[in-house]
Amino acid sequence: MNAEIWIGTRKGLFIARRNGTGWAIDDSAFLGVPVSMLLVDARSGNAYAALDHGHFGVKLQRSENGGRDWQEIASPTYPEKPEGVSDLDPMRHSEIPWDTKLIWSLEAGPPGRTGELWCGTMPGGLFRSRDHGDNWEIVESLWNNPLRKEWFGGGADLPGIHSIAIHPDEPDRVTLAISCGGVWVSEDAGANWACRADGMRAEYMPPENANEPNTQDPHRVVQCRAAPEMMWCQHHNGVFLSEDRSASWRELGDMPPSAFGFSVAVHPDDPDTAWRVPAAKDEERIPVGGKMVVTRTRDRGQSWELLDRGLPSNHAYDIVFRHALDVAPGAECLAMGSTTGSVWISEDLGDSWNSLSTHLPPVYCVRLFANTR
Amino acid sequence: MTTIRFTGNIQRHVSAPDCEVEATTVGEALNRYFDRYPGVRSYVLDNQGAVRHHMLVLVDGISIADRRRLSDPVESDTELFVFQALSGG
Repeated sequence: MNAEIWIGTRKGLFIARRNGTGWAIDDSAFLGVPVSMLLVDARSGNAYAALDHGHFGVKLQRSENGGRDWQEIASPTYPEKPEGVSDLDPMRHSEIPWDTKLIWSLEAGPPGRTGELWCGTMPGGLFRSRDHGDNWEIVESLWNNPLRKEWFGGGADLPGIHSIAIHPDEPDRVTLAISCGGVWVSEDAGANWACRADGMRAEYMPPENANEPNTQDPHRVVQCRAAPEMMWCQHHNGVFLSEDRSASWRELGDMPPSAFGFSVAVHPDDPDTAWRVPAAKDEERIPVGGKMVVTRTRDRGQSWELLDRGLPSNHAYDIVFRHALDVAPGAECLAMGSTTGSVWISEDLGDSWNSLSTHLPPVYCVRLFANTR
Repeated sequence: MTTIRFTGNIQRHVSAPDCEVEATTVGEALNRYFDRYPGVRSYVLDNQGAVRHHMLVLVDGISIADRRRLSDPVESDTELFVFQALSGG
């Protein structure tokens, strides 16, 4: 077993590794501090943790020894808002703060650009570093795009970039997903952007606006490493699939036990295999019938299996947030963490699950990385 | 000289020692402090240079009025205290 499970929670970071007797949490950091996002960059070996101090603001930490020691580095910072400029949320008509409120996504750049990192934030700013996070610059082409001002918060008060996918073979191709702002693609490393959510449908909007690409609420978008033209989306009101690198999306029907959910993961080597964690939509947001279940397709979403072996079958109120389900780089295991502090691991592609903990703090993100030690 | 002191709660995350600076406004005082201790700035001020929403700056025990431009005056014997409103669970 080659993977490590990094768990970002409301009260710190926990790292689980497999030893002779099984999985165990054997490292922690930032106890008491919310950890909103994590990254271990396979190119450099650096680890990054995004902290949300609340009172003291959002901070970024880097470790160069697999999470043993950490040092604060620069955080993405919004530019000075010009006097007299109004930037209103289109739904609430409240002023959008030009201030990093949350680091919601953090991804390594392409293999050839070792220091490059991408960071998505609330209230909707995308940032890039070219030097392992020592310095960050806002991607002005997106922040200044007039369509950016149409984004609005879904669930949270502010819009945010939660998914960033770098094409493995085309280093300048970057795909983003925004709640609520659809899917955006750049083919020139962030110089120009286009909204690419044709085919998505927003049930929550008035019918005449339901197909508007820029108001879609993709909860999570993931790209298959081996077939990056295939992208899976767990949307607010359904599951959508793109087979043409976001040029078009189609909604998958018959989604047992419900179409609602936050997370989706795709097999790194098989674009037809994906997992999701459904929940009763959206006015309840609990597992359907209080029964925890993962669903898996192996035929590109034509059919879904319900996987529940090892998961609680009643009175379970665990919600798996959008970043809290992940598959290891070699697909040797999956892991998911919940709002009620449960973490489960599967080493047979989801057929069965083992509990790592039932009493961690609420889990914000679970990310599986190749071994750092 | 204006004395600047910080809450103990911040010290776990960043070292913010007591310090004396020459200044006529809160903004001047804080900027002189941040020149000496640059890592503290982002813990107190947001990206636009205003006092963070859940932070408080007291001038001789009274919360400052201008949290955005930091224009409140300070005297040579003023004590400026920076702390946070604790909340949540």
